[in-house]
Amino acid sequence: MSVSTLAPPARRGPSPRQRAKRRRLIQYVVLVAAIVVLLLVADWQQIGQVFFRSDMIYATLTQGLGTALLNTIIYSAGAFIFGLVGGTILALMRLSSVAPYRWIAGIYIELFRGLPALIVLLAFGLLPLAFSGLIIPFDPYGTVWLALGIVAAAYMAETIRAGIQAVPKGQVEAARSLGMPAGVASRKIVLPQAFRIVIPPLTNELILLVKDSSLAYILGLSAAGYELTKYGRDLSSTNANLTPLVVAGLCYLVITLPLTFLVQRLEVRAMRGR
Amino acid sequence: MSEAVTDTATTPSAGQRDAVVEVLDLHKSFGSVEVLKGISTVIHRGEVVCVIGPSGSGKSTLLRCVNLLEEPTSGRVVVMGEEVTDPDCDIDRVRSNLGMVFQQFNLFPHINALQNCTIGQISVLKRPKEEAATKAQENLAKVGLAGRESAFPAQLSGGQQQRVAIARALSMDPGLMLFDEPTSALDPELVGDVLSVMRELASEGMTMIVVTHEMAFAREVADRVIFMDGGRIIVEGKPDEVLEAPRHERLKTFLSRLDNSRRRERPDI
Repeated sequence: MSVSTLAPPARRGPSPRQRAKRRRLIQYVVLVAAIVVLLLVADWQQIGQVFFRSDMIYATLTQGLGTALLNTIIYSAGAFIFGLVGGTILALMRLSSVAPYRWIAGIYIELFRGLPALIVLLAFGLLPLAFSGLIIPFDPYGTVWLALGIVAAAYMAETIRAGIQAVPKGQVEAARSLGMPAGVASRKIVLPQAFRIVIPPLTNELILLVKDSSLAYILGLSAAGYELTKYGRDLSSTNANLTPLVVAGLCYLVITLPLTFLVQRLEVRAMRGR
Repeated sequence: MSEAVTDTATTPSAGQRDAVVEVLDLHKSFGSVEVLKGISTVIHRGEVVCVIGPSGSGKSTLLRCVNLLEEPTSGRVVVMGEEVTDPDCDIDRVRSNLGMVFQQFNLFPHINALQNCTIGQISVLKRPKEEAATKAQENLAKVGLAGRESAFPAQLSGGQQQRVAIARALSMDPGLMLFDEPTSALDPELVGDVLSVMRELASEGMTMIVVTHEMAFAREVADRVIFMDGGRIIVEGKPDEVLEAPRHERLKTFLSRLDNSRRRERPDI
């Protein structure tokens, strides 16, 4: 110990840094041990047969996966458009100077954010039964678009409202000072900025909708209307094998992972822009 | 500097020149708080008027009443012959002829410097794009930012942003420029560039109303200084009269406080 007299008295045993190192080592040992045990104990043949059976993969890919994937995209994209339009209207109502509009939008938002999407979907599925003669156009697409869109609108309304409010008041003042009428100032200055702010959270909303479109399995769908979950589930139960569900799940990831990546990119860009 | 002062003293008396802004018994209340308690003054063509006073004295509110960013509670404001307090007044048209420069710059962050200077020309004045771009380039060069046309506001320093904001206002060919504490949000070393742009504008004969705390600028550039306190104009006159030999008690206190805080910042003065 050539250190000056200010150094603390020599410690017995390991330093804190050494102890931390030892703790990390133990954690690695536990991890490796768990993996080794898993490799030895698990029946890999069986697992492979249940989750990744090659002939089942082939059957799943060829018996209409494309239609199911396309349907999932149609269900979620349609619901997203419904939600976006409804959400924008609700957001503008929330910011209206006419109090009853604010109340109506507020009640709507709280109501549909508090309800399970499944209940709303079931209700819309049963509507034509309850009201004889009522026809929802483009069934089953229209039913899913309406039900999921109505719920999504409630969430999107809050996002869009926050985006509009996040544009500083000085922006409107600067625009109006140039002589722009209120509508032009909104269109050219406020909305473009608000839109930039809400793109990442709205993309998240789209990801949620892609996953929520799986709820459509609860409707009595004809084969042409199958989406990924219903398709995978049917094949899985008729064959008593999970491979079709795994394939369906991977298809969701093919849609959602690029979107997640996109959100991250957009968020980084938004941070840089300000 | 003293030459400039005698110069303004020999120009014809104010009443003979055209009035650009006439304010008559202007009152403004926010809720129960009366911020402006009867302001009357006239700003003439080519005049540079600096409005000074402690914070909360109503000087910014007065400026914002001129282009109706604040709606006056009562009184009359006439800008270039149009009574903006008249409900039938086309305020957008009047505003397009009024340049406003804000303390926080308020540049549009989603478009670049050039577009900041063209958007008003194109959407309000309906100028063709090429003409607007040429005009914008001229004004950016004038404020010392030639070559930065494609920079976004976030890529510019505060001083540069404020100069783009001045160029944006100038691109509308305004008959009057309003400055609301244009240097208050800037780092001290960036203030000089903005003030020199304003000085140049003043020397070109631009009519300007400047709310400011920069006493040296007021002393040097202003034709007239208005001292406000408590929502009233307390003193107004030529800068040497108002600032060099303050007679009014509140003005004296205000100036000495300003002096003290300046000394605290820079003990070498």
